[in-house]
This record gives sequence, C-alpha cells and structure tokens, in this order.
Amino acid sequence: MMDEIITILKNLHPDVDFETCDTLIDDGILDSFDIVSVIAEISQEFDIKIGAEHIVPENFNSAGALWELVCRLEDED
Amino acid sequence: MLFTSYEFLGFLLLLFFLYYIIPARHQWKLLLAAGYVFYAVSGWKNCLFILLTTGSTYILALRIDRIHREQAAYLKEHKKELSKEEKKSYKARNRSRQWRLLLTGLFMNFGILAVLKYTNFAIANVNALLSLTGSERQIGFVSFLLPLGISFYTFITMGYLIDVYRGKYPAETNPGKLALFVSFFPQLIQGPINRFDEMTETLFSEHRWNWQEISLGLERILWGFFKKLVIADRILVGVTTIVGDPETYDGIYVFVGMMFYALQLYADFTGGIDITVGIAQVLGIRVRENFIRPYFSKNIAEYWRRWHISLGAWFTEYIFYPVSVCQPMLKFSRFCKKHLGDHVGRRMPVYMASLAVWFTTGIWHGASWNFVVWGLLNGLIIILSQECEPLYDRFHRKFHVKDRFWYRLFQVVRTVLLMSSLRMLDCYRNVPLTFRMFGDMLIHSRLSQLFDGRLMSVGLTVSDYGVLAAGTVILTAVSLAGRKGSVRQQLAAGPAVVRCVLIYGLFLCTLIIGAYGVGYDSSQFIYNQF
Repeated sequence: MMDEIITILKNLHPDVDFETCDTLIDDGILDSFDIVSVIAEISQEFDIKIGAEHIVPENFNSAGALWELVCRLEDED
Repeated sequence: MLFTSYEFLGFLLLLFFLYYIIPARHQWKLLLAAGYVFYAVSGWKNCLFILLTTGSTYILALRIDRIHREQAAYLKEHKKELSKEEKKSYKARNRSRQWRLLLTGLFMNFGILAVLKYTNFAIANVNALLSLTGSERQIGFVSFLLPLGISFYTFITMGYLIDVYRGKYPAETNPGKLALFVSFFPQLIQGPINRFDEMTETLFSEHRWNWQEISLGLERILWGFFKKLVIADRILVGVTTIVGDPETYDGIYVFVGMMFYALQLYADFTGGIDITVGIAQVLGIRVRENFIRPYFSKNIAEYWRRWHISLGAWFTEYIFYPVSVCQPMLKFSRFCKKHLGDHVGRRMPVYMASLAVWFTTGIWHGASWNFVVWGLLNGLIIILSQECEPLYDRFHRKFHVKDRFWYRLFQVVRTVLLMSSLRMLDCYRNVPLTFRMFGDMLIHSRLSQLFDGRLMSVGLTVSDYGVLAAGTVILTAVSLAGRKGSVRQQLAAGPAVVRCVLIYGLFLCTLIIGAYGVGYDSSQFIYNQF
C-alpha cells in the first residue's frame, strides 16, 4: 500500500524524496492542486472516501501520514 | 453602539472594572451579559435573531454529537458480533441522520441571512428581467431589519456546527457558554470569524489581573483608535467627494480616489480589528489575528492569505475543500484527465472550487452585482496568475531578479495597484460606471490635473493632507517593524521611557488630531455593513 502511495506522489513531484520528507505541507511542496489530485487518485486506488475534514497538515505532511490515513479510513469502512 | 462612541468607551471601562472585581468564575457570565447589552443597544429585536441562531445551533449540535457518542458506544459493545457490512450500514444510517440535522441548521441559519440580506437584490434582478421582457409589472421592495453582525455570527456559528458534525470536537453542553461564543461582543462588529476550539481555552477560563497583558491590550486598542480616527475617518470625506461626483473628479482624480480608498479601508478595517483584539487581550482572551501586513504581498493570492485571514480560512475549510474533493467533482476531474489531459484534469476541481469561493466572497461582501463582479475578478486574476506560473518561472530562471529589492518592491506596488483597482467596484458600486472610470483613469490621467485646484476641493485641507501623509509614514514604519514580531512586544522589551513617550504621543495625536470632538459622530466601520 505504501508503495502505491509513493508512486502517486512521485507522479506529481518526481524530484522529491517521499520516503523521508515529512514536511510536504509545511514546506509548501504539496499545493492545493496536488492535494486534490492525491485525494482523487487514492480514493480510486483504495476505494475509500477522503472528505474535506481529513484535509489537515497532519494527514498530508508525509507519505507515512497518508498511509495511516488510508488505513484508518479502510478500517472505518 | 459604535466602537468610537463615548457610550462604548464608558461601557468598556465599566466592563473592565467589573470583570476584574467579580469572582473569576463568573467572568464569562459577565461577558455574556455584556454581549447582549451591546447587542440590545443596536435594537432589541436583533437579540431575537441571534438567540434563534444560537438556540437552533445548540440543539442541533447536541443531537449530532449524541449520535457520534451512541455510535462509538454501540460499536464498542458489539465489536465482535457485527460483520464489516453491518458496521458499514449502521454507520451510513447514522451519517445520514447527522447530515439531515446539519442541513437543517445550514438551511435555517443561512436561510435567515439570505432572506434578510438578499431579498431586495433578488427582487431588483427579477424586476430588471421583467423590464427586459417588456412587462410593466414590478415587484415592490421589502423592508427587513438587518441585525448587527449577522454575516459574522452566522459564519462563526455554522463553522461550529460543521466542526461538530465532522467530529472535530464535542458539542458544548452549556447553552450559556455557546451563547457567549456567538455573541462575544468585540467580534460582532467586523469579526474576526473565530473558531470554537481555538477560543474556548481562554473564553471560559478564569482570568486574574495581569498588568503586562492588560497594558499590551490597551496599547493595541489605542493603535486601533489612531488608525480609525486619525486616518480612516479623516480621509473618508475625500473618498466620498471624489466617488460621489465622477463627472467632476475624472482623469487622475479617479486614481487619487482609488488610493484614498485603499488607505481608508486598510486603516478602518485593521484599526477595528486592533480594537477587537486589544479588548480581548485586556480580558485575557485570545482571538484570531486577521491581518499580516497585507500591503506587502507579492501577488494577489498571497494578499488574500494575509488580508481578512479568518474569512479566507473559513471559505477554504468549509467551501473550497468540500467542493473540490466532493465525489462528483472528483469524477469530473477524472473525466477531464481522460479526455483533456492531466493538466486540465488536475486543475479543473481547484479552479471550479475557487470560483465558487470567490463568488461567495463577493456576495458575502454585499448584495449587489458590483461585489459579485469584484469577487469573480479576484478569482480570475488568481487563476490567470496560476496559469502564468511556468512563464514566471522561465523569466526568473533567465533573469535573476527574484531576490533583488527593487523587484520585490515592484511586486508589492503591482499588488497594491491591482487590489486597489479591483476595489473601485466597491467605491463606485456600479459595474458599468466603474469600468468607465477605470478607462478614464488610464486614458485621461495627467499629472498637471493635480494642480488645477480640484485637490483642495475634495473636503481636505492642507493640514489634513499633512496628517494623512504622516499617518501613512507611521503605518508603513510600524508594518516594517512588525516583520521582526509584535511591535508592542519590541517596545515593551526596550527602555520604558521610549515606550511611555511613544504611547503618550500616540494618545495625544488621537485625542487632538483625530476626527473627534464634542458632538462629532464617528463614521461606522466599513466592514460593519457586511
């Protein structure tokens, strides 16, 4: 699952090291276009719904945080 | 009761005195009473509307929250017995009940706001359509009471209800405390649009006398009064004269009026917020900051992240993201990606949500087309500059000017001019007239027009111009000093003599040269009308 998330992120910013970076929002690496794209891709890939209430820096600052969000939403489903 | 009236100063002094002599556990109750007194003075009928909004939100939030808690308890109790499908269906049923409760609250409260604020705008548009179709029938306008600060408290309250629905925090069980959050009087005039979770920590807690905080709060209030009375109210007459007589004040005077209004709006709105934040600080309460030196922004998108921040944050959280990530929009995005390419597919949801936000921002500011056009133009310029980003990047790669002082200055001046040009729609309040005057400014402006005597006929004297020039220099200097952190904190950390002299000087300036005096009635804050 983590690999798929990293692939989605790499498609947007091939030059960023998503394995280690944990300031994707704080450093402005992901903008609003990226966030919406990531949500569209992840929702389709994992068949989950990411609502506006989940769009907070803690959920998007790193690939790991995104992975945790996906796990949480899959559990809730 | 105006912030700049003698009654308000008396009200404030009495409140501060009572606040620190009563038992601290009753302070929040005193603030609640003060809020309703403040509100009732503007018309007792206003209280009915704010009570209706508070009451409905209190009940609906409690019911939504109860479903959250019942669901958590039920799932915990039946964890082993329920299949995944059963859990999913149970949650979906609850979500649907909560959604209906949320919609009831949104329709009811935004409905009240829409009916009171936009009925006549709708009637005017229907009448215009009837005229266009050749009908002689016209619908009569209605006369509704528009309660003080209704746009602000409706947004504040609906933000709270949506947060409870999202499970961000539990509903407030004490109706008095929720009523205080909604009616906290300093925020009723012109915001900021506060959030419940951010305010509760200090709003309901007990506060002891803390002279350091109180003195910083009083300084902020004084700074707000200086901006409002010495600058905003002084330049108001110039703006009104120029905008009110476009035939006389054409050419370069359109530019003069535009810049006067930029200064007036900045001093008026930020001054009002300074008074609000200062009052809250004296009471030991933290409210949101609404500005971060907006006139030093390098582009319009940045400007809007630094001007009226609480409104922008509200729109981002409750309109922009919900619209851009809703299922139909995501499907539309995938459709665009498939048929029109990645670039369009990625941008479409964001641009459509942006336009929805800017349309709402426009209509929030006023029930007329000039505000709608103003909002949409802001959105279009931001989208256009977003699309031009690759061009800017190429330019910056070729010419290494990005970090040069003069280039940054150019960017700041460009932003100020762009924003001020857009605000002409707010000044003239008529879309065709605004575009005509904008064209006139571009084509017929001559520097020599400044010396043809009209500058001295706008209602400002030589001494007024002197005060405004000095005021602008002071505002700029304070903004620049603010880059290193709070100016008041910097002053407090320096020699006491310097702080005393500056504060005393500011007080004297406000008292002596403020648009102020016996029998003088200060103008209402511009954002109060929104």
